[in-house]
Amino acid sequence: MFMSNPFSELSASISPTIMQGYIILMVLLVVGGTILDMIHKKSAQYFFENAKKAKKSAKRTVGTGEKASIAIKVLANEVLTSGEFSNTRRRFSHLLTMYGFIIFVATTAIMIFGYPTPATPTPAILPQLWHIGALMLCAGGYWFWIFIRVDVSAEGLSWYRFERADLFILSLLTTATFALLWSFAQSNGISGWSTLFFALFVASSTTLFGSVLWSKFAHMFFKPAAAFQKRVTRADGSRENLPAEYDLTDPAVQAQFPDIPEYMGNKPAYMGHGIKRESANHY
Amino acid sequence: MPTFVYMTRCDGCGQCVDICPSDIMHIDKTLRRAYNIEPNMCWECYSCVKACPHHAIDVRGYADFAPLGHSVRVHRDEEKGTIAWRIKFRNGKKDMELLAPITTKPWGTCIPQLSDVAAPSNEMRDSQLLFNEPKYLRLDDGDIHTLKSNGLKLEAGVYY
Repeated sequence: MFMSNPFSELSASISPTIMQGYIILMVLLVVGGTILDMIHKKSAQYFFENAKKAKKSAKRTVGTGEKASIAIKVLANEVLTSGEFSNTRRRFSHLLTMYGFIIFVATTAIMIFGYPTPATPTPAILPQLWHIGALMLCAGGYWFWIFIRVDVSAEGLSWYRFERADLFILSLLTTATFALLWSFAQSNGISGWSTLFFALFVASSTTLFGSVLWSKFAHMFFKPAAAFQKRVTRADGSRENLPAEYDLTDPAVQAQFPDIPEYMGNKPAYMGHGIKRESANHY
Repeated sequence: MPTFVYMTRCDGCGQCVDICPSDIMHIDKTLRRAYNIEPNMCWECYSCVKACPHHAIDVRGYADFAPLGHSVRVHRDEEKGTIAWRIKFRNGKKDMELLAPITTKPWGTCIPQLSDVAAPSNEMRDSQLLFNEPKYLRLDDGDIHTLKSNGLKLEAGVYY
């Protein structure tokens, strides 16, 4: 199962051209859905208006070089390592889901376009990565779905209850699950189940890529932009109107806020975690 | 004005749902972002504003300390044990920052161990004083405490 390219075997019954056409259609659906989403929610308009407002209250100008270094920081921290999550479990689950999804989608496209038939043998690494990607997606996704999801962990609702907000994660999970089941049934020669799981796999992936307007699929495009803007507001001093981060041992800060040395001393101790000592589940 | 959530900043972590004393911060069914389900029941206690790790929640402050159109934002830093406020007026001329301690000892280190305290005697039970009252009122170590006896003096404005 882990060594064979399921799409190459499928080419006996479905032409590779149809499979390639399906991939192109899914890409078009994602692009179109994201554009419609931006128009409908006016998110781009809000984003640029907000950036303009922040620029007005900026205390200094951020140069192009500094902006490039901020972009690198966003890439290293927010994009590649999901650094914006303050909940460690959620961050880890997001990393599993994200990298699983990227590996799964990329290997699917490479196998369908590069090695569509048994005539062009697929390198063993590709189907292996495809299965590992789907397994990572399932591990991170089901962990999130059953335990970490805010509806379950903070709202006290049961894990099997779902609503429109779950469209993205559910279609993602069903896509990966049915892909694995289809591959398993196909490699074991269980033809009836194989057809059923393949049909469910296609239905799930069509829902995933076709429902961008209604789901949170587009977050993967606008989240990095929002993280970049957030870092720029910190660099230019506007800080979204938030107070500065003070060094409590600085004599100037102590002179400005005499309550600090009076109640906490000149070198305040590290206070550790207060409400953050426990996870948010006291609903 | 009750709390409102900036959807682009909220990541649906549930900290506000957890802390809201009125249980009116909930997670939106479509976008999985926090929102105030019953604004008229919000007493603007700022608990969620302070607890939000992404500063995604705002409340408009009362008109008695800032005119309409201002911004009141807060950053509660548990590890430093401080809370910082920034109040900015609409015209941008008044831009004020405040910083105050919220604890003087590391969190969780000074929780009273009531189970270790000896049970009250019958005499204490019949007394009009409440548990540990003389000690906490500090009447048992001399005369009543005053600003003067503690070497303090009343300053102008609000002082506590």
